[in-house]
Amino acid sequence: MDYMTLIQLLDSTVRLATPLLLACLAGLFSERAGIFDIGLDGKMLAAAFFSAAIAAMSGNVWLGLLAGIAASLALSLLHGLASITFRGNQLISGVAINFLAAGLTVLIAQDWFQQGGRTPSLIGGARFNPITLPFADTIEPMPIIGPLYAELISGHSILVYAAFAAVPLTWWLLYRTRFGLRLRAVGENPAAVDTAGVSVIGLRYAAVCICGVLCGIAGAYLSTALQAGFIKDMSAGRGYIALAALIFAKWRPWYALWATLLFGLFGALETRPDVIEALIGIKVQGQLLGALPYVMTVIILAGFVGKAIPPRAGGEPYVKER
Amino acid sequence: MTLMTKFLGAAAVTALTAGAALAEPALIFDLGGKFDKSFNEAAFSGAQRWAEETGETFREIELQSEAQREQALRRFAEAGSNPIVMTGFAFGDALGQVAGDYPETDFVIIGMVVDAPNVRSVVFNEHEGSYLVGIMAAMASKSNTVGFIGGMDIPLIRKFACGYAQGVLAANPDATIVANMTGTTPSAWNDPVKGSELTKAQISQGADVIYAAAGGTGVGVLQTAADEGILSIGVDSNQNYMHPGKVLTSMLKRVDNAVYQAMKDGPGMEKGFNVMGIANGGVGYAMDEFNKDIVSADMKAVVDEASAQIADGTLMVHDYMSDDTCPALSF
Repeated sequence: MDYMTLIQLLDSTVRLATPLLLACLAGLFSERAGIFDIGLDGKMLAAAFFSAAIAAMSGNVWLGLLAGIAASLALSLLHGLASITFRGNQLISGVAINFLAAGLTVLIAQDWFQQGGRTPSLIGGARFNPITLPFADTIEPMPIIGPLYAELISGHSILVYAAFAAVPLTWWLLYRTRFGLRLRAVGENPAAVDTAGVSVIGLRYAAVCICGVLCGIAGAYLSTALQAGFIKDMSAGRGYIALAALIFAKWRPWYALWATLLFGLFGALETRPDVIEALIGIKVQGQLLGALPYVMTVIILAGFVGKAIPPRAGGEPYVKER
Repeated sequence: MTLMTKFLGAAAVTALTAGAALAEPALIFDLGGKFDKSFNEAAFSGAQRWAEETGETFREIELQSEAQREQALRRFAEAGSNPIVMTGFAFGDALGQVAGDYPETDFVIIGMVVDAPNVRSVVFNEHEGSYLVGIMAAMASKSNTVGFIGGMDIPLIRKFACGYAQGVLAANPDATIVANMTGTTPSAWNDPVKGSELTKAQISQGADVIYAAAGGTGVGVLQTAADEGILSIGVDSNQNYMHPGKVLTSMLKRVDNAVYQAMKDGPGMEKGFNVMGIANGGVGYAMDEFNKDIVSADMKAVVDEASAQIADGTLMVHDYMSDDTCPALSF
């Protein structure tokens, strides 16, 4: 494998890891506050549709992004309403959101655009175009560093940089601020937080809202940056892989980055069977790589490599003592 | 897909069958969806054409899950629809079980063979059409490397790939063919993001013309090919208009003709095995105002010659599904 192939592979890794990373961080906020969220996929899908639809109608991708975030936020609040206010089962609420998003997106798309559950193709300013970082052209001819900077680091859409910036931000927010401490506490021992006079309900709503915003960006990235329009079920289960990555990362932000990059690399390798064959000398089925994220998560869950301990109060609705 | 959609689907079938009266024809779309800009949409336009010409109506349903296949067939049959047309190879098993129970009803299955006295099986020689676009791909390629991106890895899609590879090698024996499948589950038909990544991966391997036989995933392939400035080839319906001047051609499968013919023949039609190939206009390649500038006269002459040879039987294109092997490509 030559250097350029490696760069292209890593480039593909970054593109594929970005939606996973955003969704994984979204799940991290929610689950750290004690709200399990298997509706990540549905929220991404809804955001993908609304961002593409509004971008197509207005011609402005930023309006699209806002619409995507709003749609995802609305579903998050629904999840919050069901599982925080009404203390319903969080898993069932999450499943319901996935179904709701899968059905609603196609239905509304058909009603608005009559293209069989698609949005029209986005052109020009209705899409997030790749950004060329400063000096990319001047550095490019340099050996090793040139392609690394010009191909791998430069030339992604702004949402990719936002996703990577979200990792240290999440870390700082969770581990260096009072809000973060309380948010983590509410996922471990909500009664203690309540005793201290802090609103458990408020904190949990804040967490699901942050989750909604991040899922919204992830969805918008799929339909307006990676693609030029919405297609039904286009999230293709990425929300579930993000959940697997979250467990793999043991609910920690930096680990989440590495886990999603690893899963992204598997995805990238799946598109290059020739590279794998050249590297290890035997032909590997692409499907094996596609299944690896799940296999690795099961191994982690079984306790072979460290132990993944979820937030203690996860999945439990909080009931004040009567 | 799910319990909820099953209920909704079942409710839809009930609603559709509630007012059963005359022997209206029925059309069942496969999981790809009615407006997939491809196979199912072609079936719909054929039925639409029949409805417009005759002024009659037909019933239709879009499947939402595997479990609905047999249910939808039985509902339509019991409600008296005749003939019942279905698109997609995946109906094979369900129809095999249902057909015998309704000997008075005529069934038409497109893309699969079901051996029953009341079934007309329409199959397409996709390998022939793919062979033609393979020739065009090889002639349009400057890098001598062309790509193929399939949807779900099933024998039918390998048949496309194999015909294409034979066409490529016939026009340029030194050409390299890079072939990828999107996945092994039905979600492989609707994953444009992965389609894009596969396209970029093939471009980095030198491909400059890519043929997509992948349903909704193909939309991502055509988009990325246009963005990256290479040519792509569409499938089933004419997809040239999606990116004018960037889509070299489309492999046409005249599903619309097959559906139109079935509805026109009506109840009591001729049953049995119906092969739609180049010879009877069942498959071909698309030429229109969107690609006339990128298809050279030279290219067209070679393709038309091959087309004529296939039609009169002097040129045989190997069918992957006949023996599960491909002389031109290894999977």
